Amino acid sequence: MARGVTIERVSFGYGATPMLDDISLEVARGEFFAFLGPSGSGKTTLLRLIAGFGAPPTGRILIGERDVTRLPPWSRNVGMVFQSYALWPHMTVARNVAFGLERRRLPRAEIDRKVAEALALVGLTAFAERRPAQLSGGQQQRVALARTLVIEPEVLLLDEPLSNLDAKLRVEMRSELKGLQRKLGITAIYVTHDQEEANAIADRMAVLDGGRIQQIGAPADLYDHPANRFVATFLGTANLIEGRIEKGRFIADHFILAGVDGPDGPACISIRPQDVTLGPGTGGIAAKVTEHEFLGGVVRYRLQVGGKLLVVEVPHRRDGETFAAGDSVRLIVDPRQVVVLR
Amino acid sequence: MSSVATIRPPLPAPFAARFGASPAQIVALAAIAVFLLAFLIVPLLRVIVVAFTGPEGGFSLVHFGDFLATALLREAFWNSIYVAAMTVVLASLIAVPLATILARFRFRGAALIHTLGVVPLVMPPFVGAVAMQLIYGRNGAVNLLLLDCCGFRIPFMEGLNGVIFVEALHYFPFILLNLSASLANIDSAMEESAQNLGAHGFTLFSRIVFPLALPGYVAGAALVFVKVFDDLATPLLLNVTNMLAPQAYLKITTVGIADPMGYVISVIMIACSLGAMALSALALRGRDFATLQRGGGGLARRSLGRAGNAVAAAFVVLVLALVLSPHLGIFLLSIATVWSYAVLPDGFTLAHYATVFREAGPLISNTILYCGLAGLIDVILGATLAYLVLRTRLPGRRLIEQIAMSAVAVPGLVLGIGLLRTYYDVKLPFGGESLATFWVMLVIAYAVRRLPYALVSAKAALQQLHVSLEEAAENLGAGKFTTLSRIVVPLMTGGLLAGFVTSFATAAVELSATLLLVARSSDAPIAYGIYVYMQSAAGRGPGAALGVIAVVVVSIATYLAYRFAERERGMKSRELI
Repeated sequence: MARGVTIERVSFGYGATPMLDDISLEVARGEFFAFLGPSGSGKTTLLRLIAGFGAPPTGRILIGERDVTRLPPWSRNVGMVFQSYALWPHMTVARNVAFGLERRRLPRAEIDRKVAEALALVGLTAFAERRPAQLSGGQQQRVALARTLVIEPEVLLLDEPLSNLDAKLRVEMRSELKGLQRKLGITAIYVTHDQEEANAIADRMAVLDGGRIQQIGAPADLYDHPANRFVATFLGTANLIEGRIEKGRFIADHFILAGVDGPDGPACISIRPQDVTLGPGTGGIAAKVTEHEFLGGVVRYRLQVGGKLLVVEVPHRRDGETFAAGDSVRLIVDPRQVVVLR
Repeated sequence: MSSVATIRPPLPAPFAARFGASPAQIVALAAIAVFLLAFLIVPLLRVIVVAFTGPEGGFSLVHFGDFLATALLREAFWNSIYVAAMTVVLASLIAVPLATILARFRFRGAALIHTLGVVPLVMPPFVGAVAMQLIYGRNGAVNLLLLDCCGFRIPFMEGLNGVIFVEALHYFPFILLNLSASLANIDSAMEESAQNLGAHGFTLFSRIVFPLALPGYVAGAALVFVKVFDDLATPLLLNVTNMLAPQAYLKITTVGIADPMGYVISVIMIACSLGAMALSALALRGRDFATLQRGGGGLARRSLGRAGNAVAAAFVVLVLALVLSPHLGIFLLSIATVWSYAVLPDGFTLAHYATVFREAGPLISNTILYCGLAGLIDVILGATLAYLVLRTRLPGRRLIEQIAMSAVAVPGLVLGIGLLRTYYDVKLPFGGESLATFWVMLVIAYAVRRLPYALVSAKAALQQLHVSLEEAAENLGAGKFTTLSRIVVPLMTGGLLAGFVTSFATAAVELSATLLLVARSSDAPIAYGIYVYMQSAAGRGPGAALGVIAVVVVSIATYLAYRFAERERGMKSRELI
């Protein structure tokens, strides 16, 4: 696997508070990678370090085989699309796109050709002589993309690029971005706080929290096999239950679950809301319905099991059985879907 | 890789990391620091040192003792306090109702009120002072009419009254503008949520609107107090000498620059200026609510009703008449043959303008040269300093900024005395002329005095510029210099032009520092010319004509500054950030 971007033991912070703490990761060439995390997790800071905005006091950043840790932003050949797009209001669309090529001292004719190509790539050929202020949000986004792609950067960095668009456009641009990245075969790193966006667009992603990497992997892997409580709860909904494992059984305060693999001792398990079935009668775990929400495709219940509240989602069927608040139900958990967290 | 035509050598990271800036930026900051040190700090310290040095050298309070022992100076001190305070009161009586009408009610004359906020500022108070004597003085137009119809006079212009009257009419816009801005920043949801919780009428006003608007009022009032307290030119032209600034000026110019009393008065003036500003800052501590409010948009406007509209209109018209009277007066004076003991001039003539164009060419060209240079210096220093403050982490940049801003609190008179004393003995290499009386010193004094305005203007322009606009350029391969010249400077042009024009216009009518630093009439700018002409009855006509020219120049410049700032704001607001 050819190396796209390598980050080795990077720490960074202003003053005493570390914003990034001993980050190491590797992005393969041509890969679409995402940094996912809540605000303040350090994901944008890490992206900006790759672009050269700020120098980490420790650690190295490599692009391909080249150490860029001490290079200024303008010598890195890393393309960045800013959250605000950062289009220069005093230049036309074409001038904006040509800027990076002019800095590279390309002949005028070649600049014109490449600008035309880049604008055609994002479907904005007719808008070359407009000012950024005369474009819609989606069009501005495309100009920002064209301006970055035209310099043929080794890595494309995207800082929450879709956050200023409305919901419908966001989904459209998302697949367009992915298609463009595939077509150009460029290494891309995408920063977002939206797990759905990251899941949809990324080949692999790193989940960050508190300046540390929590887990790296393909979206489905992270969802199915979260490494810790943060990842389990940040990606989708998870019911976390504390207890202990004894000889293949998970023992909690009010119930025992058989068929759970793991070393004996204290443990925490995660149960996804959809991995549970509800039924009347006997068998399974006794629970009481405290609340039910009809969401269309699914019905979401809040159930009380001992002193603990669990969230459970059951697919909705016409004429299917529903439970009301106060009903006693039995809760059946498929032990194969249970994840044991360290 | 191949498309990177020029890979620059890696930045010496430890250096940039240690100082947070490149060598060029450090040199720039150092140069600004040296300028401020030489032409602001050292002259001020010199004034303070002289004031505290006894006759035999060494630290002494003997001159302050002399000050307190002199009845005239004690009187001057209290007069200055009284005039400044009463000006704030009178200006508030004009400005607060106007701001309230603007913010609170639907009033068709709103545009007129906005105009009222600008008109006085284009003419410095000293220019109109003599004309005001002719209109409101003991034997002026208004009192002659009053005497005719009602048999009494109103002493508008008697002694200190005149200074208060003229200054209040000039400076009330400071309160109007600040208070209006405060009121316009109040989010209507603030008021609505209070109403929703049951507050209305006086409670609503006293608990919500008044506290939210107070910071603007206090800021404006403090500014008016300081400006009036420090003003030298207006009392001089109204022949009022029993105030602090005229006393200091008279000591220096009649007794000589060695007389310590001018320095003592300077120190007292600085202390009072700083005291007033500190008091207002203290009163406002923790009360800057602007950042807590979203959007703003001002209070909900109510209908005034028929009677209310009439009262408001009458008040606005009255203020307009007062505000325009110095302008009208100076214009009439400039075309009057004789205007004395009469409601209107006896006859009209263009002779004064002819005189001015014959004699005053150098005055005008000097003004353009000095103020143009001062404006240029201010824009360069202001923009550089704004950039260093906002875009680097250079240690000391905030301190230099504060020093530059502190020039606001230094009266022109004091700076003039300081520069004169500091550089009087420094001889120029050619001709052996003193540096203090070389015309360049005027340029420097103007530049130091106006730097805060240019700095504020440049900072505002740069703050509106999202950092990502620069980062995007660097990301695409532009170094610091290219980013500056291609992105930052073009996008700041409006703000920089506005800063230049403001510096130019205000320097053009600066008199207090000018009076001290002009050595010979061939070097004098227009403000000095107006002052000299106005000293004699025969010179009033040409003086007024010069005043009209100055007002026209300042008006055009103010309009241009406004347009530049607007154009830029327009461009920015169309941005979708």
